Amino acid sequence: MATSSAVNLLLRAAVASCHRLPSTFRGVARLGSPGRFFHASAPARLSSEDKITVHFITRDGDKLTAQGKVGDSLLDVVVNNNLDIDGFGACEGTLACSTCHLIFEEDVFKKLDAITDEELDMLDLAYGLTETSRLGCQICLQRSLNNMVVRVPESSADVRQSVDIGKNP
Amino acid sequence: MGRSGGIMRWKRMSAFRFLVPSGSPTGIKRLLSTDGLIPRICIVGSGPAGFYTAQHLLKHHRLAQVDVYEKLPVPFGLVRFGVAPDHPEVKNVINTFTQTARSDRCSYYGNVTVGKDITVKELQKAYHAVILSYGAEDNRTLGIPGEDLAGVYTARAFVGWYNGLPENRDLKPDLSSETAVVLGHGNVALDVARILLSPLEILRKTDITEDSLAILARSKVKRVCLVGRRGPLQVAFTIKELREMINLPNARPFLDPTDFKGLGDVVKDAPRPRRRLTELMAKTALGEPGEEVAGRWASASREWSLKFLRSPLEVLPATDGKRARGIRMAVTRLQGSGEMAKAVPTGEVEDLLCGLILSSIGYRSLPIDPALPFDSKQGIIPNNLGRVLGAPGLYCSGWVKRGAVGVILTTMNDSFDTAQFVLEDLQSGALDVSKAKEGSELVRSILQSRGIHPVSFSDWEKIDAAEVARGKLAGKPREKIVDPQEMLELISH
Ligand SMILES: Cc1cc2nc3c(=O)[nH]c(=O)nc-3n(C[C@H](O)[C@H](O)[C@H](O)COP(=O)(O)OP(=O)(O)OC[C@H]3O[C@@H](n4cnc5c(N)ncnc54)[C@H](O)[C@@H]3O)c2cc1C
Ligand SMILES: NC(=O)c1ccc[n+]([C@@H]2O[C@H](COP(=O)([O-])OP(=O)(O)OC[C@H]3O[C@@H](n4cnc5c(N)ncnc54)[C@H](OP(=O)(O)O)[C@@H]3O)[C@@H](O)[C@H]2O)c1
Ligand code: FES
Repeated sequence: MATSSAVNLLLRAAVASCHRLPSTFRGVARLGSPGRFFHASAPARLSSEDKITVHFITRDGDKLTAQGKVGDSLLDVVVNNNLDIDGFGACEGTLACSTCHLIFEEDVFKKLDAITDEELDMLDLAYGLTETSRLGCQICLQRSLNNMVVRVPESSADVRQSVDIGKNP
Repeated sequence: MGRSGGIMRWKRMSAFRFLVPSGSPTGIKRLLSTDGLIPRICIVGSGPAGFYTAQHLLKHHRLAQVDVYEKLPVPFGLVRFGVAPDHPEVKNVINTFTQTARSDRCSYYGNVTVGKDITVKELQKAYHAVILSYGAEDNRTLGIPGEDLAGVYTARAFVGWYNGLPENRDLKPDLSSETAVVLGHGNVALDVARILLSPLEILRKTDITEDSLAILARSKVKRVCLVGRRGPLQVAFTIKELREMINLPNARPFLDPTDFKGLGDVVKDAPRPRRRLTELMAKTALGEPGEEVAGRWASASREWSLKFLRSPLEVLPATDGKRARGIRMAVTRLQGSGEMAKAVPTGEVEDLLCGLILSSIGYRSLPIDPALPFDSKQGIIPNNLGRVLGAPGLYCSGWVKRGAVGVILTTMNDSFDTAQFVLEDLQSGALDVSKAKEGSELVRSILQSRGIHPVSFSDWEKIDAAEVARGKLAGKPREKIVDPQEMLELISH
C-alpha cells in the first residue's frame, strides 16, 4: 500500500509537471512568465517501466526514437533527448509559435487529451496542418501512448534539400 | 540575469541542439580538402531572419564563420521593437538567438548601418557571402489628402514608440480624442488597438516604455474602430489575436450582426483557420454572451468595433486646418469572392469623426545601398529563393526577401531555406571559397577609419542587464533604454 501510494504521489507530481496553459491565460499572471520550463522536475527517478517511448519521423524521413516520463510533454522529450528537429519549440512551450507542430496517427490522436481553443488557435498558423495535427508542447505522455509514432510536418515550400557540410553523408 | 535551473538547463540543451553539427568531420575534410578554407559569411540585420539564417549555417556547416551586422546597438529587430509588450512569450525566441550569438563561430556587430557606415561592396570584399536580412523599415502609405495632419500616425511609428525604438521615442502621440480609428485589418492593427484599450495595470507589468505608460495613463480614448476595405472573410488578422481582443478586460466588442449573418454557411468548407476565425467573429456578433461575459461587457468602459467595406479617401481637417477631425471613406463592395476578392467603390461615401487615426496598412522594405538591386514596387530585393538576382554571392532572407508578411515561424522557415541554398552553393562550388577572406578584421579596420565603434554581443549583454535591473525597480521585466547615446555611454564607447 505504502509503495503504491508513493508511486501515485510521484506520478501525480510528474503529471503536474505537464501543465498545459490554462484556457484563459491573458492577464497579469502570465506576463513575464518564462513558460513551462520553470516547473520543478519530478522529485525522484521513476523506474524504467515508467519510461514512455516515442518515435519521431523527421522531415528527411529519419526515425528518431526517444524516451520520456509520464507527464513530460513532447517538447520535453525533444529537448531532454537533444533531438535534432530544426526550429522546434521556439516559444518554449508557451503556445505562441506552433514550431512544435506534430502529426499523429489516427488511433493515437484519439487517445490524446482534449484540445483547447488556444491550442487550436495556434495550430491554425502551423504549416501543413492535418486532421491529426497537435502542438507537441501541449501533449503529455501517458502510458497508453507508449511506442507512438509522430511525424514532423514538412516546412514551408519544402524547397530545402538536406545538405550538411561536415556531417557524414 | 538570474534564471531557474529549468531555464538554464533548457538553454544549454538548446544551444547544443541548435548549433553543434553532429557526425564526424570527415565529410567536411573531404569537401574542403583542396583548400581547407573557412567560408566567411556576413549577415545584415539581427532580427529573426538574421539569427535564424545564422543558426542554420552554423549548425549545418562545421567551419563557417558568421558575422551579424546590425544598425542599432541592440539586437533582435522586431522581436524587441515590434512584438507587443504584452506578448512576452513570443520573445522567448531571444533565448535561442542568444545561444547563436554566443557561438564561437558567430560575432555580433551592432551600431553599424550597412549602406552608410560600410557598403555592401566592401562587405563582399571581406566575406565570401553576404546575406541581406534587414527587414522592413518603412510603411506603406495611403496616398490620400490629409495623411500628414496632426493626429494621424502610422502604426509603425506608434508601435516603435511604445516599444522604445530610438527613432520613434519622441512621437508622444496625442491621445486626447475619445474615438480612434485604426485603418487596416491585420495583426498590427489589433496590436495597436489592444495597447490603446488595455487596462494600465496590465501594461504596467510589461516592458512597454515608461514614457508610453505615462502618456497612455492620460489617454482619453474610449472607442477604437478598426476599418477594413474588404469584408469579414478577408481580414488579415489571426484568431489568437482576435480572441485576445474579445477577452480584453474592460473593453466590449461591438460587431454588427448584419455583417455576419449567413457567413457560417459560406465558410463551412473553407480551410480551418479561415473557418474558425469567421466563426469566432460571427459568434461574438450574433451569439448571446454567457452571464460572466455579459457582466464584463456591461461594466466595460471602453469598446472596439470592426467596420468593413470602407476604403479611406481623405483625412478631414479641423477648422484650424492642422488637426484631423475625421476620415472620409468610400463605401466599397466586393468583386469576386474569397481571399482574392477586390474592393471596388460603390460611389457612396461615409464620414467618421475622430481625432486620432492610426494607419496600419503594412510595412515596407527600403533599399539600403544604391549598388543593390531593389524592386520598389514590391518592396523587396529581387531574388530567386533567396539568391539575389544577378548578384552571385549575395543572398536575402526574411521580410526583405518576401515582403512584410508572415509571423516569426514564416520568417524562420524562409531563413532556413536561404541558409540551405548558401550551403548548397558552397557544396557545388558556385560559391567560391578558394580565396581566403579577411572577414570582420577588414570590416573593423574600415569602420575604425570612419570613427564607427561596433557594439559586441557582450556589450549588448551589459545593456540588457542594465535594462533588466531598471525594470526590476518598477516591477517590469525590463525598462528599455530608448536613447542610443545612453546605451553607448553605458558600455563606455
Ligand atoms: C508590430 C509587429 C508585431 C509583430 N508581432 C508578432 C508576433 O507577436 N508573433 C510573430 O510570430 N510575429 C510577429 N510579427 C512578425 C515578425 O516580427 C516578423 O516575421 C519578423 O520580425 C521578420 O524578421 P526580419 O528579420 O526579416 O525583420 P526585422 O525583425 O525587422 O529585423 C531586421 C533587422 O535589420 C536591421 N537593419 C535594418 N537596416 C539595416 C542596415 N542598413 N544595416 C544593418 N542592419 C539593418 C534592423 O534594425 C533590424 O534589427 C510582428 C511584426 C510587427 C511589425
Ligand atoms: N501576433 C502576431 O502574431 C502578429 C502581430 C503583428 C504582426 N504580425 C504579422 O506581421 C505581418 C504584418 O502585419 P500587418 O498587420 O502590418 O500587415 P497585414 O497582415 O498585411 O495587414 C494589412 C492590412 O492593411 C490593409 N491594407 C493594405 N493596403 C491598404 C490600403 N491601401 N487601404 C486600406 N487598407 C489597406 C489590408 O487589407 P487588404 O487585405 O484588403 O489588402 C490588411 O487588412 C503579418 O503577417 C502579421 O500576421 C503578427
Ligand atoms: S513550443 Fe511554441 S507553441 Fe509549442
